[in-house]
Amino acid sequence: MGATPRISPSISIAIVGSGGAGALTTGNSLLEAASTAGWHGLFTRTLGPQIRGGEAAGLLRLAVHPVDCLADQFDLLIGIDWLNAHRFGAEIKTGPQTLVVSDPRGGEPPPMVIQSGARVVEISMKDMAKSIPDGRSNMIALGIASRLLGFTVEQVFGPMEKRLVDKGPAAIAASLAGITVGFDAAAGIDFGPRLAVPTPSAARRWLLSGNEATALGAIRGGVRFAAAYPITPATEILEWLAPSLAKIGGVLLQAEDELAAINMIIGSSYGGTPAMTATSGPGLSLMIEALGLATSAEIPVVVVDVMRGGPSTGIPTKSEQTDLNIAIYGMHGDAPHLVLAPQSVGDCLFTTQWATYLAEALQAPAIVLSDQFMGQSRAAIERPADVAFVGARSLATEISSNYKRYAMASNGVSPMAIPGTLGGQYTADGLTHSERGTPTSGAGDHLAQLDKRRDKLERFNYGDHWASVEGTGDLAIVTWGSLTGATREAAGRAAADGLEVRVIAPRLLAPVQPERLAGALAGVKRILVVEQTHSAQFHRYLRAHYDLPAPVRVFHRPGPLPITAGEIHHAIMDWR
Amino acid sequence: MSSLVMSATCRPADYKSDIKPIWCPGCGDYHVLMSFTRAFAQLGLPPEKIAVVSGIGCSSRIPAYTNCYGFHGVHGRSLALAAGLKVTRPDLTVVVASGDGDGYSIGGNHFLHACRRNIDMTYVVMDNRIYGMTKGQPSPTTEPEFDTALTPGGTGMAPFHPLVVALASGANFIARCFSGEPNETADVLAAAIGHPGFSFIEILSPCVTFRPDEKAWKDQVRPAPVAATDDKGKAARRLMTDDGFNIGILYRGNRAPYQPAVGPNGTDLSVLESDFEL
Repeated sequence: MGATPRISPSISIAIVGSGGAGALTTGNSLLEAASTAGWHGLFTRTLGPQIRGGEAAGLLRLAVHPVDCLADQFDLLIGIDWLNAHRFGAEIKTGPQTLVVSDPRGGEPPPMVIQSGARVVEISMKDMAKSIPDGRSNMIALGIASRLLGFTVEQVFGPMEKRLVDKGPAAIAASLAGITVGFDAAAGIDFGPRLAVPTPSAARRWLLSGNEATALGAIRGGVRFAAAYPITPATEILEWLAPSLAKIGGVLLQAEDELAAINMIIGSSYGGTPAMTATSGPGLSLMIEALGLATSAEIPVVVVDVMRGGPSTGIPTKSEQTDLNIAIYGMHGDAPHLVLAPQSVGDCLFTTQWATYLAEALQAPAIVLSDQFMGQSRAAIERPADVAFVGARSLATEISSNYKRYAMASNGVSPMAIPGTLGGQYTADGLTHSERGTPTSGAGDHLAQLDKRRDKLERFNYGDHWASVEGTGDLAIVTWGSLTGATREAAGRAAADGLEVRVIAPRLLAPVQPERLAGALAGVKRILVVEQTHSAQFHRYLRAHYDLPAPVRVFHRPGPLPITAGEIHHAIMDWR
Repeated sequence: MSSLVMSATCRPADYKSDIKPIWCPGCGDYHVLMSFTRAFAQLGLPPEKIAVVSGIGCSSRIPAYTNCYGFHGVHGRSLALAAGLKVTRPDLTVVVASGDGDGYSIGGNHFLHACRRNIDMTYVVMDNRIYGMTKGQPSPTTEPEFDTALTPGGTGMAPFHPLVVALASGANFIARCFSGEPNETADVLAAAIGHPGFSFIEILSPCVTFRPDEKAWKDQVRPAPVAATDDKGKAARRLMTDDGFNIGILYRGNRAPYQPAVGPNGTDLSVLESDFEL
């Protein structure tokens, strides 16, 4: 054995292989083992566009505390093979502290890795796998990683047996044998860091992806109908909803395209059943016209956009925050609606639930801007608390006569008659309409209904959930979405350097909350805006709608490379 | 009010709203509206249990002229909206109204998939072979040589054959009607509503303003010479070879309507959350 291990609060591991090599299974299994044993963790995958035969890497960070972003550098890099690993060069940062486990039969580690000064240890994973009937290199890799991380073999066996329960005893035996061989092969390797022991917690632990959390959030908020058109990276939301809705009396319809999907959910909601769909940028573009209809006809719907690189087909498998503009400004006409953005895997649940609640309460469409990073990451988290946000629409149930669907009301919300309600018959319309819903081109009705739809959103009290605001320094970082995690971590490092930093991340992007942001920014002397776009969309949005009472710097970069806590920390310290 | 009571007392006028249609005088769609209200009265359906869903175009104005629940949505998407409504509210009678531009051009893809999906609803397309609301552009059913400002000398394209497309795509009931025969059309509409699955009715409905030549349709239409078949092969031959003026129910299929697999209503979400428990 080498030197005494260095105890670390967080360790990052990357497992690389060509598509089909099983790198993602290895990473997922490590996360399952670690989280069963009480650690927190975040697992994200990065892959090329190929379904098979491309490149795949599982990126994993294990920690004693919840983590919402990856680390700047990796402590351990295992190459099951290196066939296409050079494509990840920029995504998998290594350095002198990195241990690389390489199979000599799988090619050479990429030059960037060698040049970083990383230590390389060779283990013949492929040959070891061959010595086991139906053995696979990725199980050898799992055994190696388990030993280096300080797990026992049993801690890894349990989750693997659960994972393979449908594959039968032979598959389980082959995997466990592979893990054992890898575990033994790693004996004597000096890795260096060792995960600190997790604090025991009585809280129930969940392991789920942001996309799954999003789907459950919608259901908790009351959604019982979904329309589905597949698109990367949102499909897992729909695939989780299909069997789940059926278990609780709901329905999912596969649509022929996104135009159908958005109209299906409008139809469902018009009939009284709260409804959602999930898509990504190209699909949101197709849904925009009907989102205007839902705005005009005051039909609550929830559309989740799991953002990916754009424009056009862009980079379907990589994250970006570039659908902000279309979500806020995409509709023609003056079309006030809700736009919300979750901030972490766990927050995908809360924010989508809140979005559903708000859409129902305000009879307006809500767009939820998630992204590929959050959506497709799996995290071990404490079970998100049950919150009281369950959609409750104002309904017209007892109607005497002369029902006015769009009657003026002090809060702008008029009771909605659901088909089947006697005396409530009206025609929902995308045409400008009167209080009764009758089409009109009159200036008075047009203005009155525009006012109504604006006022109902602006007069609502959104409470403290509009943003997460942390810290008290006179440097404020304003960011949003999945970058909140990396920003918080950067602020933590700045605090360790003696610099207090405020982190403000709006969860509610529309309607805008200028007074609340002004309060959050009170007293700041510098404002750093952090976002993952090329054109600084979020900065422009802030400039358009808010007062920024101090000098502003913007740190922005498009995908596909994630913006790390280290880079944000650097931008902070650069401006002290 | 139960449907039983309605059937004893209801009149077509019960299904008309107080909004005065703004169609051109002589438009075939007035008669289609009449057929709607007569069919609803004939079936004794409570107006609040009917939803009339439409897109954009002259024909799509019809929901607001009925005393039913209505949805006048965006151009071409009425079938999708109606699908979401019907699968979550199977208790409602859902009738979708469209035109040849709304239904066959911008909404063409939804037409194919609504036929395939076979949800229990009735789709009525008022076909006047022209875009009337935008003042006379060719639609998918316009004759190739028909001259318009947008297509001088005609489109040169063969017209779309909606009934054949409906049959090939899986519609479960196919009929052709003529707006000038509102009683016969009402009977067909009532039969279509009563038939399980996706029912499609093409109603020839003249545009007197941009297609005055269509006034001659009243002399061209005739009852279909043979009764409706449930044989897709026979129906295909008949639909492919007729001249477009055979009126009546032409095909009645027996596919089971789409029925989503739905478990019991539940508010206990622990059955779902167990997916995530460690």
